[in-house]
Amino acid sequence: MFGDYSLGDLGSIFVMQGFAGLILFSVYVLMALGLAIIFGQMGVINMAHGEFMILGAYVTWMTSNFFQSYLPGLFSGYFFLAMILAFVASGALGMLVEWVLIRHLYKRPLDTLLATWGLSLMLQQAYRSVFGAREVGVELPQWMLGSLHVTDSIEVPINGVFVMCLTVLITIGVAYVMYKSRWGRQVRAVVQNRIMAGAVGINTEKVDRYTFGLGCGIAGVAGSAFTMIGSTGPTSGQLYIVDTFLVVVFGGAASLIGTIASAFSISQTQSTLEFFMSGSMAKVLTLLAVVGILMLRPQGLFALKVRK
Amino acid sequence: MSDEANKGLLSPLRRKLLMGMAAVPAITMLPRASFAQAPATSAVNTTGLAVTDTEVTVGILHSATGTMAISETGSIEAEKLAIEQINAMGGVLGRKIKFIQEDGASDWPTFAEKAKKLLVNDKVAAIMGCWTSASRKAVLPVMEQYNGMLYYPTFYEGLEQSKNVIYTGQEATQQILAGLNWIAKEKGAKSFFFIGSDYIWPRTSNKIARKHVENVLKGKVVGEEYYPLGNTQFNSVINKIKLTKPDVIFTDVVGGSNVAFYKQLKAAGIDLSKQALLTISVTEDEIDGIGGENIAGAYACMKYFQSLDNPNNKAFVPAFKKMWGEKTVIGDVTQAAYLGPWLWKLTVEKAGSFDIDKIAAASPGVEFKGAPEGYVRIHENHHLWSKTRVGRAKLDGQFELIYETADLVEPDPFPKGYQ
Repeated sequence: MFGDYSLGDLGSIFVMQGFAGLILFSVYVLMALGLAIIFGQMGVINMAHGEFMILGAYVTWMTSNFFQSYLPGLFSGYFFLAMILAFVASGALGMLVEWVLIRHLYKRPLDTLLATWGLSLMLQQAYRSVFGAREVGVELPQWMLGSLHVTDSIEVPINGVFVMCLTVLITIGVAYVMYKSRWGRQVRAVVQNRIMAGAVGINTEKVDRYTFGLGCGIAGVAGSAFTMIGSTGPTSGQLYIVDTFLVVVFGGAASLIGTIASAFSISQTQSTLEFFMSGSMAKVLTLLAVVGILMLRPQGLFALKVRK
Repeated sequence: MSDEANKGLLSPLRRKLLMGMAAVPAITMLPRASFAQAPATSAVNTTGLAVTDTEVTVGILHSATGTMAISETGSIEAEKLAIEQINAMGGVLGRKIKFIQEDGASDWPTFAEKAKKLLVNDKVAAIMGCWTSASRKAVLPVMEQYNGMLYYPTFYEGLEQSKNVIYTGQEATQQILAGLNWIAKEKGAKSFFFIGSDYIWPRTSNKIARKHVENVLKGKVVGEEYYPLGNTQFNSVINKIKLTKPDVIFTDVVGGSNVAFYKQLKAAGIDLSKQALLTISVTEDEIDGIGGENIAGAYACMKYFQSLDNPNNKAFVPAFKKMWGEKTVIGDVTQAAYLGPWLWKLTVEKAGSFDIDKIAAASPGVEFKGAPEGYVRIHENHHLWSKTRVGRAKLDGQFELIYETADLVEPDPFPKGYQ
């Protein structure tokens, strides 16, 4: 297939393709981080993760509309405020959901799967009733559209660069909170031994609520960022949920490094294969590889070492 | 009624309705009095349908919930508008249309179940409904077993024909061939890159398009790619497009993927005012989600655009917006859904009966002059004769009409040489 092209063409295509893989990697990490916290640290299978993302997307849409109508002069910077609002909205909803629903189910992890799936259906219908069944278009400031012109044949999408930077920042933030802060130590203590953590004076209920809220809040930011690359509609969250679980489970629950490694290997495999065959076949082969590796290593790529 | 001066006195809506009613002048002249003249129920309904002396019941069967609600909402709205308009001018054979709406919930077995309920329990005289081919295929055996009548609005892949279905959208050849001819001639296009979602409609459509490109236009298909439904990452295929430099990108990507595709195309620096792109899956409805700035310049091949400049459409668009809100947009399928109740009404009046067998027999030749897309007529094969049009997407999310076929295009659900 390469016979007809000049070396220069091929070179720039490989650069672009490498970049496409990196963008896919960032997208995977961003959507999986929130779930990695909730599933990894708390053992809650949150099927409504996609809906928390879409809440973030709708918040972005509303912020964009607000700025267009009332503060058109500041429109070019609205996206940063929108991401913060998305974090707050999804995080707050997450804490509410934890308080009403999830905390009663900690001892029945499989039931959380059903409960959160029901929650996702309810949220979808709620979005449909509030925002309408049709997709909404989120208007972006001009500087976020288009591409950076590097050479005649290499163009770097600005939204891809934006998502990559955001992913790096959030990952560093999460790593700091989980592994360096006092609160992170409390979270890990609760994960390792809930009863002992309670006995040494950690308010485990509060830790649970904030952990769930943080995971949902990050989902909200991810949803906000994805308005640049995807659709915003009542059921758009469903587009992300399968890939998200795939990344988290493959990486090994409870491991931030695992999530990142898994996102990297899946995205690179996927985008390389996509270049040589049709998108559907690439997906099939990627999934087969993941299934094969999980059969050999059911705990995922990285797992916490615990005494059994 | 043919007096021009006289027409000017009527409201645009009434004028359109009258044009649609040209085939049955007696009722048009006396909409109010027609109740008294309504033929006896026993004469027009010999098979026990839900028809009384004053009312006739039809079913509306679409997904109001679930994934497909995004697309099907417009069809529901259009069908309700048509029914209201028909009732406002006296109904069908002097009977008001009452509708029962059922929710297919984006789930194909549910569609079949609800269709059975509408036919067996409610005895509806016709069903306006279904959207995806999967839902139609699920409903089809039910329609045939219980002898119902379905008015199906979506453009689809063809390869189907039933006595119990009237297809008010385009089958694949009606949608694709004229568009390809136009772009080949206009842009001198020789190489095409196909990209679609991975299911029956894009695959069948692309198969037809490929045969046409290779055998008729003597061009070349330099790539044919499918992505799973719901895929949100298109950077790899966009790189392949950049590598192969096709004259035309031909797309039938659907749903949420559509939004991702156009946003990423723009982000990758592909300028649609320079790179020709022809889509058969983007209507005004989809642009709402994609954003006009991401797709401006692309060509779409449809039979209807909201911006069409004809008297029927100039009455239809304000009526639709008045009923469903100023911001609502009207896409190709929404217009085709609007035709359903009208074609049924005209057919019933031609047959002089609500009986399904008589309607099925009377359907070929029924013409609707008040269609927003212009004149349409039902073919022997229960599809519509209609024009193919190409529009260019504008920043405001509307299409600008660029080309339309001079004549109506004959529907050909089983195209020879294309299978």
